[in-house]
Amino acid sequence: MQDANSILGHLQYRFGNDAFQQQPTVDGILTLWVGKDSIVSIIQHLKSSHPFLYDLCGIDERDRARKENMPPADFSVVYHLFSFKQNEFIRLKVALFGEYPTLPSITSIFKNANWYEREVFDMFGIRFDGHPYLKRILMPTTWKGHPLRKEHPARATEMGPFQYWDEKDDIEQEALRFKPEEWGMQQHSDDADFMFLNIGPQHPGTHGVLRIILQLDGEEIVDAVPEIGFHHRGAEKMGERQSWHTYIPYTDRVDYLGGVMNNLAYLLSVEQMAGIKVPDRVKVIRVMLCELFRINSHLVWFGTFAQDLGQLSPVFYMFTQREKIFDIIEAICGDRMHPNWFRIGGVAQDLPNGWEVLVKEFVDHFPKELKQYNNMVLRNSLIKARTKGIGIYTLEEAIEWGVTGPGLRACGFEWDFRKKRPYSGYEMFDFDIPIAQNGDCYDRSVVRVEEMRQSLRIIEQCLKNMPAGSYKADHPLTTPPIKKHTMQDIETLITHFLNVSWGPVIPPGEAMSCIEATKGANSYYLISDGNTMSYRTRIRTPSFPHMQMVPYISKGYTVADLLSILGSVDYVLADIDR
Amino acid sequence: MTVMQHIWIVLGVLFVLLNIAAGLIWVERRLLAMWQDRLGPNRAGPLGIFIVLADTLKLFFKEDWIPPFADKWVFILAPAIVVGSVLMSFVIIPFAPGIVVADLNIGLLFFLAMSSLGVYSIVLGGWASNNKYALLGALRGASQMIAYEVFMGLSVMGVVMLSRSFNLIDIVAAQENVWFVVTQPVGFVIFFIAGIAETHRLPFDIPEAESELIAGFHAEYSGMKFGMFFIGEYMGITLISAMTVTMFFGGWLGPAFLPPVLWFFLKTFFFIGLFILLRASLPRPRYDQLIEYGWKILLPLVLVNLLVTGAIALWLKS
Repeated sequence: MQDANSILGHLQYRFGNDAFQQQPTVDGILTLWVGKDSIVSIIQHLKSSHPFLYDLCGIDERDRARKENMPPADFSVVYHLFSFKQNEFIRLKVALFGEYPTLPSITSIFKNANWYEREVFDMFGIRFDGHPYLKRILMPTTWKGHPLRKEHPARATEMGPFQYWDEKDDIEQEALRFKPEEWGMQQHSDDADFMFLNIGPQHPGTHGVLRIILQLDGEEIVDAVPEIGFHHRGAEKMGERQSWHTYIPYTDRVDYLGGVMNNLAYLLSVEQMAGIKVPDRVKVIRVMLCELFRINSHLVWFGTFAQDLGQLSPVFYMFTQREKIFDIIEAICGDRMHPNWFRIGGVAQDLPNGWEVLVKEFVDHFPKELKQYNNMVLRNSLIKARTKGIGIYTLEEAIEWGVTGPGLRACGFEWDFRKKRPYSGYEMFDFDIPIAQNGDCYDRSVVRVEEMRQSLRIIEQCLKNMPAGSYKADHPLTTPPIKKHTMQDIETLITHFLNVSWGPVIPPGEAMSCIEATKGANSYYLISDGNTMSYRTRIRTPSFPHMQMVPYISKGYTVADLLSILGSVDYVLADIDR
Repeated sequence: MTVMQHIWIVLGVLFVLLNIAAGLIWVERRLLAMWQDRLGPNRAGPLGIFIVLADTLKLFFKEDWIPPFADKWVFILAPAIVVGSVLMSFVIIPFAPGIVVADLNIGLLFFLAMSSLGVYSIVLGGWASNNKYALLGALRGASQMIAYEVFMGLSVMGVVMLSRSFNLIDIVAAQENVWFVVTQPVGFVIFFIAGIAETHRLPFDIPEAESELIAGFHAEYSGMKFGMFFIGEYMGITLISAMTVTMFFGGWLGPAFLPPVLWFFLKTFFFIGLFILLRASLPRPRYDQLIEYGWKILLPLVLVNLLVTGAIALWLKS
């Protein structure tokens, strides 16, 4: 808090005492309310110390009941900035009034603010003055209303029957037509016409429903426009209608290759607000499962990356290996990709008998396989020719665009949230942060492969040092609570009954956790209004800013290179669209 | 030979070729599966061999759709060209003594001419489809095939020098003592690489590049027209393998315990297997890298090979 106070003091010195109102939050992140007229200059000023725009989101404050310690507002826009040097977040909030408020855009300060502001506009109808292209980003352009506003229905049954007649089909089709002029693109250069090539939404190279429109001069990419939102399922809106407990399965499906790692990001926030301290055994079990999923996710990436470059076989070997990991996960969790296995205050069940045998077999077996895969793919000279020097960005650019995870480490920056801001007991483990220097497609791949080895080290340590103890915290908000004493003690019986029927009531507050997910930093910024459901669920996913950067790093390369770049970025469409 | 004998040879060659091309569907899928740790088609018939039948039937009964935006006649013509030109090339291949459709004294030139025609099918097919992906594929195909045409022609000139003939029967006969792969190793390697590029198989499947251009020049084709491209590709593999065997591996020559025609087929199948193994193992270079590799490495190499061969031939003569 020493640092936080000094920053506040510094800001107050620069902008005056009245410019800020501090709001206490559960997660201890310095949270300041600022006026909408001064937000641009404050962020401009903060950029020197906090050069990373971690997240930007909106909140509809109109229905919020518990507004202690915060100024009145109809809407608010929240900026999360991060400082690598001081290793701390700062949260700025702007209070807005009126039905469809406006505030100045910060796209001139942070490049990655562009998509975030479009998302806030799309979801809340808040307009950003000075934004270069303020259009819908996740919802179809023909959509009526702004989904995350409280008056927008969350269920199809509240919206009247859905009809799709021929004329509407024509309208929707027309809305999808790409018009280069809208994006400020030229139809032709001095001596040639450009070709506009539509990659996706159905294309084997995009690995999901992603559409990228390329402006091509021959085969050279002049510009690119990713169109996202085809995979948008309203995960944030669903958070506002599911109980704290029943929302867990939805998180599994955000980064659908990350499995329980999504549960962890969500639960860390919930547990912070609930004030639950989980036992060591829970921490280690969670870490082990998360690392298994990290290897799994990287294996999928590894195989499909090779396939994008035309190498057909690796994907089969890697998926075979992935199945072996799924066998372990299935033995422990009972499901493969989306086990929905972590719970508020613990995990669903204790580890099954004989889990050590399965994990040990895998730990012994995997390094040899991984070495083979590495020889097959990354040491292949054709792969090197396709990926070295392609899609380069520097560390400054990476930070400017909000890159986290392996993409950041490939620029030579040793930053891993597991090490730098340990959560769930990662400080107890011994592992290295792999880095590479050039920030090209090849280096990003090398980092991921090395990460698999480090994950294996962590799993090995989990295997050797699994603590004894309970798999659930002894806390009234643990859901479902430990049932042991329910028949002897009326208090426990009531808590059990309530937590199982209503779901737990999380005390009012705000919290954000930050984990190193498979693809980068993943966060759940949750607001509890003292209810059985969250008031606002904001999911910060790594793939979103990564995809935003793709046009910037693919300019000047060819169509074939775009596939290397997309492969090396390693995104998941559900992680982009949520 | 009587006219009837000629007709029988023509029909026999055609029958065997078409069956090989169809059978390769099964061979390729089974081999790929074996190398990729999976099973492949194994349900229909013994070892899944009836997949050939099922696949062919499927192709015949699929809707043969011509897109309304396509250039209809060129669109129809393109797949015919590929099959036609490859089949024509087989005319000059001596399968065994006496089993050859046409004993041309310029056989090798005829082969080169016919394989050059193949590029028309890609360019016309891609152009007539009126589809951006197809067009990109066609452009890539055109530059790739024209580039590799050159090296393919030059790489076999060493063989021509040594055997002093363009006639393939003479070329096989000239390998009685030693196969040309021993005296022309560079020529063999370059011919085979050019052959892969000519048949646009992985790693040189740049005109179709599944993960980039979806299917490239034949993206709009369906039904039997697609089948023609499909068959054309398999026959192309067979052709390049057969030509490699004829020119560098002694054609039908082999120890007498097997009949010559069997030797020829065994050797050819070895190279077909090699094609499939390459597909299972190598990634795809970028289009400009492939062209650069051709002009900057293969062309000088093939010219040096030609000069050295010529010099040695002259030296031996004097």
